[in-house]
Amino acid sequence: MKAVYFAWVRERIGLSEEEIAPPREVETVRQLVDWLAARGEGYAAAFSNPKTIRAAIDKSHAAPDAPIASAREIAFFPPMTGG
Amino acid sequence: MQPPPDSPTVRVQAEDFDPSREETSLTAGRRDVGAVVSFTGLCRDEDGTLAALELEHYPGMAEEEILRVAREALSRWPLVGLTVIHRHGVIRPGERIVLVVAAARHRGEAFAAAEFLMDYLKTRAPFWKKERRADGAEGGWVAAKGADDAAAARWERGGG
Repeated sequence: MKAVYFAWVRERIGLSEEEIAPPREVETVRQLVDWLAARGEGYAAAFSNPKTIRAAIDKSHAAPDAPIASAREIAFFPPMTGG
Repeated sequence: MQPPPDSPTVRVQAEDFDPSREETSLTAGRRDVGAVVSFTGLCRDEDGTLAALELEHYPGMAEEEILRVAREALSRWPLVGLTVIHRHGVIRPGERIVLVVAAARHRGEAFAAAEFLMDYLKTRAPFWKKERRADGAEGGWVAAKGADDAAAARWERGGG
């Protein structure tokens, strides 16, 4: 699946998007955050406080317990500040 | 009474927009509109400390999410027309960021729908503001405000 990152999540990871292949036991958004956080220093910094991370699956807001099995694109970003 | 529009006008763009032109085009040729509420959000200079805002967005999702909120507004209030425009890119103090125009038969639903749109846009539309400071120091990402979440949440208690 494709992972995309925005704002300070993007800056801390140092990538705007990448292909990821989490193992099968990573089933939810929350578990994917934990799996990504273990990938390196930038990821750990980006996901150090999961409460400040929002996610979207295929361009629709997703809760931490949302399943990721059928996701084509999953996005991670801080709380939004538009308007 | 004419049927409500099934598709609001939603645009996400780098270019500026003209609020009066959007207002005019929303009501052109109609005789059933009694109220038009137009809200324009501008970039503030924060007492001279801000040089510009960089608005990052999630292309595709930004349009879809605004459309979802706009359709929700159309389902809650009997609107005649609805236009939402949100800019991205570098925006300087005094420049426009966002526009909501709601047209209805009566002012109550036009005011309510415009406020609902703005409250929901702030917490659901995937945009992020980064500050460029006037003194040249590194600017930070604007933090989300709890007050914005509270403003959006009040519509969940059966408001409208």
